[in-house]
Amino acid sequence: MSNQVPIAEGLFTWPAANPALLGSRCKSCGIAAFPAAKSCMACSGQNVEIEELPGRGTLWTWTVQRFMPKSPYNSGETPETFKPYGVGYLELPGGVRVEGRLTENDPAKLRIGMEMEVVFEPYRTEDNGDEVISFFFKPVA
Amino acid sequence: MDVAIVGIGIHPFGRTPSRSGLEQGAYAAREALKDAGAAWRDMQFAFGGSASAGSADALVNELGLTGIPFINVANGCATGGSSLISAYNAIKSGEYDIGLVAGFDKHERGAFNADPKSLGIGMWYGETGMMMTTQFFAMKIQKYMHDHGISADTLAKVAEKSFINGSKNPNAWRREPIAVEEIANSMMVNDPLTKFMFCSPSEGGVALILCRADMASKYTATPVYLKAATLKSRRYGSFEVFAPSQALQQVDGPTVDAARAAFEMAGVGPRDIDVMQLQDTEVGAEIMHMAENGFCEHGEQEQLIQSGATHIGGSMPVNTDGGCIANGEPIGASGLRQVYENVLQLRGQAGEHQVPNDPRLAYTHVYGAPGISAVTILQK
Ligand SMILES: [Zn+2]
Repeated sequence: MSNQVPIAEGLFTWPAANPALLGSRCKSCGIAAFPAAKSCMACSGQNVEIEELPGRGTLWTWTVQRFMPKSPYNSGETPETFKPYGVGYLELPGGVRVEGRLTENDPAKLRIGMEMEVVFEPYRTEDNGDEVISFFFKPVA
Repeated sequence: MDVAIVGIGIHPFGRTPSRSGLEQGAYAAREALKDAGAAWRDMQFAFGGSASAGSADALVNELGLTGIPFINVANGCATGGSSLISAYNAIKSGEYDIGLVAGFDKHERGAFNADPKSLGIGMWYGETGMMMTTQFFAMKIQKYMHDHGISADTLAKVAEKSFINGSKNPNAWRREPIAVEEIANSMMVNDPLTKFMFCSPSEGGVALILCRADMASKYTATPVYLKAATLKSRRYGSFEVFAPSQALQQVDGPTVDAARAAFEMAGVGPRDIDVMQLQDTEVGAEIMHMAENGFCEHGEQEQLIQSGATHIGGSMPVNTDGGCIANGEPIGASGLRQVYENVLQLRGQAGEHQVPNDPRLAYTHVYGAPGISAVTILQK
């Protein structure tokens, strides 16, 4: 069993039975942000609290990335093995719209307003064998 | 004190392997000085910017060491606009009589690669492939098409016009018209945008000579007055490039804010404008910026573009020199290219790409990461 590590600390709960994205919510104005910030972009307040964001939402907009980005892109792919990937903003009720990669890259299967869930899956494997975990948005069947 | 533009110079955009970015900037500066009939030693100050071709103030090595204050400006895609505003304020304040604004650049081929850390974003954002301006524009127009009924054919028609206008502009990079079908069927880059719908990083240089309006006649018979120059950054709730998250409640973006401020400053409205240069990083940007700058209602672009209104002979000519799509985007020079084009238009010197009916008011708009817009309004 390989070791699984999150792509960044503090982005989501990991390891966890039910992992969730971590946002911050301003206690002065109620605005949420992702990733969690130390101050509020809406009111400049610094009284913020970390909270788990909802795991389901609706797709606000999307695109498909058809060419392999330059560095700092680091997926373990080569130009030969690169697969186009979907990117979109998921509107999380009561929270924020979060940008993330989609598990689906077929434009015919993507539409604005569709329901999606946040999933946590291996993104790349490090030289030492560690699996790097990131978050993705997946269509709800 | 009103401010006039009395000299303009440009180094052709595109690829010039024989000249460095700095040399292209110096070329443009000499052209602008010649146009104003002024000497470099007459310049009391300079503002300039370049994103990847070295320090703009190194221009003094080319132009001569005269001891003037030369301030480097770095503000992403709004670098040119920011230099211009700085020069405008320097003269308006009464501190200086005359000065130079310059912008030049020389970029590597291929899409810009941005560094998340420089914008205060975690490395994970770039590692997972989301630090891409092209994705932002694609997602913004995708949503806009859904909400306001813009068709894919209209996207292609915008690029078709850009290449037609570029073919009429001797300083443009792309000088061949491309058929609308070829644009629509070229390689998909970021759905719904194809290869020919995007601008590419390129090279070029532009320089302008600004002076007190009451001194303009000393340098030119055709002064063009800078009636407004504004710059705004994003407010909380606007949808911007490089945003790992955005607010549920949307507010107007920096373009809307900068446009409003500029119209107020100039004391004119969108209907008074005769020719406009709007940021067209890709075709969707041009479409959305038409409405965000106040020139039409959201959704009205479908009919306006399909009917040819944005062509050189139309009722609201947009990007008459081919815009970023036909000129490419040398970051430091791009915003100043728009002003150069508008001065040509107002002087009636734009040749094949001249708009008819003696234009009096002209408008420029740039937009760039991480959510800034700059607008100018010129009047003859
Ligand atoms: Zn707040």
